[in-house]
Amino acid sequence: MIEVRWLGRGGQGGFTASRLLGVAAVLFENKYAQAFPSFGPERRGAPVLGFTRIDDQKITLRSEIKQGDYLVVMDENLWSPRLWDDLKPNGLMLLNTSRPERFPDAAGDRRLVTIDALQIARETIGKPIVNTAMLGALVAVSGIISLEAAVQGVQKEMKPALAKGNVAAVTRAYERLSR
Amino acid sequence: MMKQQKYFVSGNEAVALGVQRSRTQVVTAYPITPQTVAMERLSEMVADGELRTEFMLVESEHSALSAAMGASAMGTRTFTATSSQGLLYMAECLHYASGGRWPIVMMNANRSVALPWSIFGDQRDSLSLLDSGWIQVYVEDAQEAFDMIIQAFAIAEDEQVLTPVMVNLDGFTLTHTYEPVFVPTQEAVDAFLPPYQAPVKMDLDRPLNMAFSSTPPNNMEFKYQQHQAMEAARPVIAQVEQAFHAHFGRAYGGLIDAYRCDDAERILVTVGTVTGTARQAVDQLREQGQKVGLLKIRFMRPFPHEEVARALRHARAVGVLDRDISFGYEGTVFTNVNSALIGNKVVPPALNFIAGLGGRDIGVEDIEKMFERLAAAMDGKAAKRVEFIHLGVATDE
Repeated sequence: MIEVRWLGRGGQGGFTASRLLGVAAVLFENKYAQAFPSFGPERRGAPVLGFTRIDDQKITLRSEIKQGDYLVVMDENLWSPRLWDDLKPNGLMLLNTSRPERFPDAAGDRRLVTIDALQIARETIGKPIVNTAMLGALVAVSGIISLEAAVQGVQKEMKPALAKGNVAAVTRAYERLSR
Repeated sequence: MMKQQKYFVSGNEAVALGVQRSRTQVVTAYPITPQTVAMERLSEMVADGELRTEFMLVESEHSALSAAMGASAMGTRTFTATSSQGLLYMAECLHYASGGRWPIVMMNANRSVALPWSIFGDQRDSLSLLDSGWIQVYVEDAQEAFDMIIQAFAIAEDEQVLTPVMVNLDGFTLTHTYEPVFVPTQEAVDAFLPPYQAPVKMDLDRPLNMAFSSTPPNNMEFKYQQHQAMEAARPVIAQVEQAFHAHFGRAYGGLIDAYRCDDAERILVTVGTVTGTARQAVDQLREQGQKVGLLKIRFMRPFPHEEVARALRHARAVGVLDRDISFGYEGTVFTNVNSALIGNKVVPPALNFIAGLGGRDIGVEDIEKMFERLAAAMDGKAAKRVEFIHLGVATDE
């Protein structure tokens, strides 16, 4: 089973990304998945979490995901060395930043990969909403699902006008990290 | 088996889909976290023309259930939903609805009860209302939530039963968790669940008296009939599930679901979504060769005392996980299980684990700890009868 923690700010679409990953896995790859937000009230701008579990068999586990195989950090201002504890051994952190030189590549067996998702979002969606770019980046570095399934998930969940730019964001981020 | 469409939805959305597929004629709505999304989805379905129902916005939970009673008295299929403080606010109406024998189906999102104020999950709200005369079912995942909304109407509307049904979903861990749910076509659900035919209803052509007063010479007969109806629900629940299985290919075990209990020495009893986490814990311990099992209680009323006693008859230690505490005694599920156990020839040591109050997480490691406690009890070691699991502060330890 693969477990993902999404860390963003309220309004950035972190939970939507966690759900899009679930939609893509369940409806377009015939896998099992769970997606859930951090429970309780959420405020725009405050740090919030989203979670996704993906497996080839039915998932019965209902507890929190304290450590992920992947941790997606959607805002570089939320980065802190403490975040390494939110990853399982050999886990991978994906960070949205235009300044990768400011962050370490690894901590022990846990690695960090960066992507400038903000720039991709501006180019593709025309707005600083990075969730779908981060989804594309996660798919590229993890291979949990295929790019095709991720695109289909976005198309299924978003209205056509909105889906177009977001599909481009998923695809561009995917291509950047899978080179 | 017929084709069913796969959705990726939350527990709340699964309930809304179940209400829609049941062709519910009246929905009375008042929002409360964590139930709100179920009502939002239903109102969207009405706005989009996907659900033809009288969608009544009311001013309180007390009114939500009162309006539902009026609608049900007219012979219409009626649904409402609530949670926590809202459920308590309609407590008076719960007794009214069951006494009036109106087959309303209500979703309750299990949530803690103030004070301290908490919007997070536990089961203290509905378990404190076990005596209100409602059939109470607790579901484990979104699929079971969808399936039980449809089954709940079939059970409630059975002429032998005519008793309202409360379908309980753990707040957040189920209401806000998205997962795969198979949804049959409208035609397929229609074939399973025909329109409600009320045996008696408010009718200008056949006027009769409903919701009347009683006196000492007749009140007790009404209460006896309510009890008989709840007893009659036992075989009806089994029949409805059998028919549901024939139509849709899914079954849940009736009043209980015994998981890996056949040769189990230690059995943990659970209610609601924590069952799923406990399944994983049992699987892991079984891989290590430990003889552990899991008993999920699905219906708290009517209480499956015979089924529980049978499932636990060979156990050498029994644990009951309560997301509930009846202050000054123990968890309410524990009380009910113990009452069932005393009919057995051999009564094993039984321990009560209070966990997950006010939304506290329950992990696989917590369940494993409970099985460790049961191992000690099985070996005759002294154990605390009621233990709060995962307390963050040192209190009595």
